[in-house]
Amino acid sequence: MDFDIVRLLVDALRSALGTSAVMFALAGVGLNVMFGYTGLLNFGHVGSLLVGGYGTAITVNSGGPLWLGILVGIAAAVVLGLIYGLPTLRLREDYLAIVTIAAAEILRLLTRSSALEPITQGVFGIQKFADEFYALNPFPLGSYGIWRITWDANTLWAIVVGWLVVALSVWLVWALTRAPWGRVLKAIREDEDAARSLGKNVFGYKLQSLAFGGAIGSLAGVFFAVQSQSVNPDSFQPQFTFLAYAVVILGGPGRVMGPVMGSVLFWFLLSFTEAVLRQAVTAGFIPDWLLSAQEVAAVRWILVGLGLMVLMTYRPQGLFGSREESLIDAR
Amino acid sequence: MRAEALTAVSPVPGVPKPDPVLVADGVNRHFGGLVAVDIDHLEVQRGTITGLIGPNGAGKTTLFNLLTGFDTPNGGSWSFLGRDLAGIAAHRVARLGMVRTFQLTKALVKLTVIDNMKLGATRQFGESALGALIPWKWQKQEKEIEARAESLLERFTLAHMRDDLAGTLSGGQRKLLELARALMVEPTLIMLDEPMAGVNPALTESLLVHIKALRDQGMSVVFIEHDMDVIMDISDWIVVMAEGKVIAEGRPASVVANPVVIDAYLGRRHGEAAAPVTGARAIDERQGEGRDNGI
Repeated sequence: MDFDIVRLLVDALRSALGTSAVMFALAGVGLNVMFGYTGLLNFGHVGSLLVGGYGTAITVNSGGPLWLGILVGIAAAVVLGLIYGLPTLRLREDYLAIVTIAAAEILRLLTRSSALEPITQGVFGIQKFADEFYALNPFPLGSYGIWRITWDANTLWAIVVGWLVVALSVWLVWALTRAPWGRVLKAIREDEDAARSLGKNVFGYKLQSLAFGGAIGSLAGVFFAVQSQSVNPDSFQPQFTFLAYAVVILGGPGRVMGPVMGSVLFWFLLSFTEAVLRQAVTAGFIPDWLLSAQEVAAVRWILVGLGLMVLMTYRPQGLFGSREESLIDAR
Repeated sequence: MRAEALTAVSPVPGVPKPDPVLVADGVNRHFGGLVAVDIDHLEVQRGTITGLIGPNGAGKTTLFNLLTGFDTPNGGSWSFLGRDLAGIAAHRVARLGMVRTFQLTKALVKLTVIDNMKLGATRQFGESALGALIPWKWQKQEKEIEARAESLLERFTLAHMRDDLAGTLSGGQRKLLELARALMVEPTLIMLDEPMAGVNPALTESLLVHIKALRDQGMSVVFIEHDMDVIMDISDWIVVMAEGKVIAEGRPASVVANPVVIDAYLGRRHGEAAAPVTGARAIDERQGEGRDNGI
């Protein structure tokens, strides 16, 4: 059997435009506000997704409408941002990283604890709470797509809405960061004492950044929950945050479109690598003793990791970053 | 001119001034057992250039940090324009009109020169998250700010670098930018921490002219400096600190002649060997820098 190049591309493109890419794009846009623009090392970004997803699921599960659930999810992420920030932002910046990574894990462990099982349903998670969303689906049953990249009607509906939400949040970030508000964030990223000496309330801006970035991050959680019709504590592992960082850095931190392009590219590469490896293993190009079919999923992470390292070496500013800026950093 | 009012003021530490813009009382700061700053009483005359000098480690930068809200003293009170500043956050102090610069220049290197400048303007409508979403309102203000920034850049001979990243500026140009940016805040009192350090002589000359011009516009200036020629040239009044205390103050001529000052700088047994003195100062310098950076 030969390589099926077309299938490789189809697999990779489906993934690059699909639900995972939407989720990581949203998470990345939120993270970019905090990390890219304000320089805040929030290592608990997945916590915003968790409260977004669970906020939606729990509200609907206790009889509320879906729109209210989404609002609850976003509001919970704003509160979470403030909780992250209030005790830590006055301290040195690494404390924020320590506190947030721990806080996100606490949240995950709480949602899966038996004590909260009446609300969160513990390790089983909550399912089937987004019927309202799919009831609005204008696409009749069937398969849709461009060329051979196809989705079923419900997935297509989720993806279309998802990319619209991405576009909306990108617009919002663009509108805010091109304004003097964004200039203050960038100044804080460079040197918060300088910003302070010019009369800027650094603490207030950092809180706003955490709350706003968290709110966009929660949309990723809401999207994930609604799209899959389920939330489970273990979907919100700490490594999600670091993949979101990879997406932001890949695209170029502090660039409006960076995380979106980063997410698309990330998922393209990940799926492409997997598809290539799978085909190679099936076709016998790679002998079984070297790599078996079961190991492909793990090896693709290694390869993508290597690829990211190469990219960072030769293009440290990411896809959209400015070469000039990254050179200044090196001084 | 207000500086003339100082001729009648007697050159003793803690002497009251006819029209003080800044008054500090009993301000002290300890780092463990080390007393970094311990000021009995200090007044800064409005509309003058006050030079703050003293050996390395004398507590000059720490005093700046305390007065501008970047550090909190262990005790004491201080007021600016008659307003008590204890417990006021640094950014509010700046908005009240007391703006400081830093010993290690804090040009925002990844922002353009013009963005550095525009950042300095206060009361910007577009700096609130909601205001930012109403572009037609902040864009009008932005134009006014930009015009003001451009005229300042012109004055500080940085206009040709307008759209360059601040990181591409030379050390001296960054000092100029930082001063110009501080002026965007429209301060009443500007506190300059070693504005001439690491600046070439030609640029020092132009910085001096700028600082004098600020005073002539009615601004009050306090600055820390080590270069004696600079200090004697532009100061209307000099305050000398050593080991956290104000040990002398007065008009430049009276300060250089003050034996207390000479002792503080050279050690009590000056005139003996030169080598041990330099050695001691080098150690002082390292300690002083360590402290300055740590805050």
